[in-house]
Amino acid sequence: MVVHSGTADPSAQRVDRLFHALADATRREIVALTLVGEYSVTELAGRFPMSFAAVQKHVAVLADAGLVVKERRGREQRVRGDPDVLREARDLLDRLEALWRGRLDRIAALLDEALPSPDPPSTTPTSTTPTSTTPTGDHR
Amino acid sequence: MPVTDVRKDLDALTMTVTARFEAPPARVWQVWEDPRQLERWWGPPTHPATVVDHDLRPGGVVTYHMTGPEGDKYPGWWRIQAVEAPHRLEFEDGFGAEPGLTTAELPSTLAVVRLVEDGAGTTMTIESRFASPEALRTVLAMGMEEGLRQALGQVDALLAT
Repeated sequence: MVVHSGTADPSAQRVDRLFHALADATRREIVALTLVGEYSVTELAGRFPMSFAAVQKHVAVLADAGLVVKERRGREQRVRGDPDVLREARDLLDRLEALWRGRLDRIAALLDEALPSPDPPSTTPTSTTPTSTTPTGDHR
Repeated sequence: MPVTDVRKDLDALTMTVTARFEAPPARVWQVWEDPRQLERWWGPPTHPATVVDHDLRPGGVVTYHMTGPEGDKYPGWWRIQAVEAPHRLEFEDGFGAEPGLTTAELPSTLAVVRLVEDGAGTTMTIESRFASPEALRTVLAMGMEEGLRQALGQVDALLAT
């Protein structure tokens, strides 16, 4: 729950823009596309049965709501998702990298041993109750 | 440090890591093929893995759990897609109690492992890719929804004043 006091207008307007932006199927589709890829307005226009100008308007509404970011590059206008969301994608890949680096280090250590050791790993007594969280998931 | 190269492609959602080992492919393959050896490197030292099922054939399943310092258990699974000993292994890699189930924080990935003879040693590459862009989009969209919920919480607060 967000406890919020007083200063009503700016956040009320922000919510209005957000609702308005997401109230349209085409705009929701554009948000989904640009979350994991970058598109020019021309490329986006090629994906929807509407004019370049109409897509451009949709993009402007989304940008107003902070759902996408527009960038002019040369003569092209590029559209990409919220940087926070992109950061999250990058974080996921970083977590994968850290995971595999650790594993490869341990494989190297294992291979350094003269022979695969035949003794079984000493495991603790088990009560197999599965849980559904992951040890790599650092929650905020 | 066995890792010689790491590549991340944010658009294709892939991460490729390359490592070199001072052992021939046939020996390196054993760390995948032998569940007792797999247990010694799959989980981090704080969360060692115990392999339950281990069927390294196309369509086969590997299941395991990692055990944390408090005895907390974290199940995971592989679904094997292709095997060419000792050079290639492809599997879907997920967290969760049953193959196919995943947790929200980390969607399942497809791993392609390649072992290539390299002088007296082996170069192993592991390409890890999110099982579907949709899976990742879902995860990312959930993050966005969280932001939206916070905004809606502000609406509640506004209406209450």
